Amino acid sequence: MALYSEKVMDHFRNPRNVGVIEDANGIGEVGNAKCGDIMKMYLKIEDDIIKDVKFETFGCGSAIASSSMATELIKGKPVADAMKLTNKAVTEALDGLPAYKLHCSVLAEEAIQSALNDYYSRKEAEGQK
Amino acid sequence: MIYADNAATTKMSEAAIRELVAVNENTYGNPSTLYSIGQSAKEVLEKAREKVAAVIGAEPNEIYFTSGGSEADNQAIISAAENGRKSGKMHIVSTAFEHHAVLNTLEKLRKEGFDITLLDVHENGIVIPSEVEDAIRDDTCLVTVMFANNEIGTIQPIGEIGEICRREGVPFHTDAVQAMGHIAIDVNDLKVDMLSASAHKFHGPKGVGFLYARKGTRLTNLIEGGEQERGKRAGTENVPGIAAMAVALEEAAGNMREYADRLTPIRDRIIDGLSRIPHSALNGDAGRRLPGNINYCFEGIEGESLLLLLDDRGIQASSGSACTSGSLDPSHVLLAICRVHDVAHGSLRLSIGEDITEEDADYIVSSVSEVVEYLRSFSPVWRDLMSGKSQFIL
Repeated sequence: MALYSEKVMDHFRNPRNVGVIEDANGIGEVGNAKCGDIMKMYLKIEDDIIKDVKFETFGCGSAIASSSMATELIKGKPVADAMKLTNKAVTEALDGLPAYKLHCSVLAEEAIQSALNDYYSRKEAEGQK
Repeated sequence: MIYADNAATTKMSEAAIRELVAVNENTYGNPSTLYSIGQSAKEVLEKAREKVAAVIGAEPNEIYFTSGGSEADNQAIISAAENGRKSGKMHIVSTAFEHHAVLNTLEKLRKEGFDITLLDVHENGIVIPSEVEDAIRDDTCLVTVMFANNEIGTIQPIGEIGEICRREGVPFHTDAVQAMGHIAIDVNDLKVDMLSASAHKFHGPKGVGFLYARKGTRLTNLIEGGEQERGKRAGTENVPGIAAMAVALEEAAGNMREYADRLTPIRDRIIDGLSRIPHSALNGDAGRRLPGNINYCFEGIEGESLLLLLDDRGIQASSGSACTSGSLDPSHVLLAICRVHDVAHGSLRLSIGEDITEEDADYIVSSVSEVVEYLRSFSPVWRDLMSGKSQFIL
């Protein structure tokens, strides 16, 4: 048996939505280099819809695959749906992860949450202007 | 496919496979029995003991066959500790970058009240003999220093340490798992009292190894039972495995010089090629290392991703990243040579084998360079380094 599912390897080898959104209105970064995983998510949200999402990840195969899958799961979705993204959904969409790699999917969930929180804070700040 | 993980395990040699099969087929008797097929097995066993002993300059009755390097390490250390305990000597000197078979045994002894000194291995991954001398106390019952490191391949000044230990009257053990069959070892020249080795690191079978214990060394049993191995290691001997190990070791010892002469320039060709990758660094001393070992750190990337993408390109290697070990911390060896966590996660160990060609070496260099560049292209760590938001370490 291989370490990772075919799905994980597919998203690792051909990660979707890799890169940076220059005019992103929600950016989140979680993890730290000391532990060996950092994920950065860029969101472009218009009319409460996630029009575009991109990521950058420093980490292992499952960290890259989890980031990729998480972006796929929220792209084009309403912000309210994205807020509900769980690590479980990411893991299931990847056909599972080895137990000691589950934290990678948690990190993906947290990266999305962090980017969404950034979006809301920016929105709030704008509203106060 | 380029198999570059020979420090993890090696492919069995054809002669060793033939021996393994032949003994299984023809000499399957239990060496402890008195009828002819049992006595033939006993003969095979003792012949193997003679061969192994001859390679390291030992006497046959100083060789104890074990299940591998870990068991030999455990038995050597536990034996010295038990001998020390009896005379009130409960201090052991070792190094920070030993294999876990040594480190975890020492940790167990620490919990039992032993005092353990782990010597610094410095940035080049080499122990300074005078520091061993300084660490030895009146109550030191053992010095254990590995022959060559399993991750960074650095070769330790074993002869000098042996000299010091002999002068101080302290038993000296070396974990020679990575060195055996790759560099010349003579236990008398080096003044080694105990030595561990494992067959599968020199093209022998897995699950077999040996402990050399100088005559007069009192050994403690780890496995109780029958009287095999002069009562020091119970259990019916793995005769086919032991015989195949002896064949593999003789073969490795015979080819040692030729292979080292061939491998060293190829190793250096790879090191030279990888040194052209910006913000990277060789781990361990450039000269005093095993002829087949290359270990590099690349800033801004993580090792497991690197390994998976190299595997896609037909290159099998290993890494000291946390993700490849299943723990949160990267390799203790890389931390011991002062690599910080951030950089240690991006390490690559290539342990090349005798059949490697210059073309393979160039392919390895170009593949690693491409994969590192690709992984950096979407690494937030690399972005921060490039934009000046954080500072390069390498």
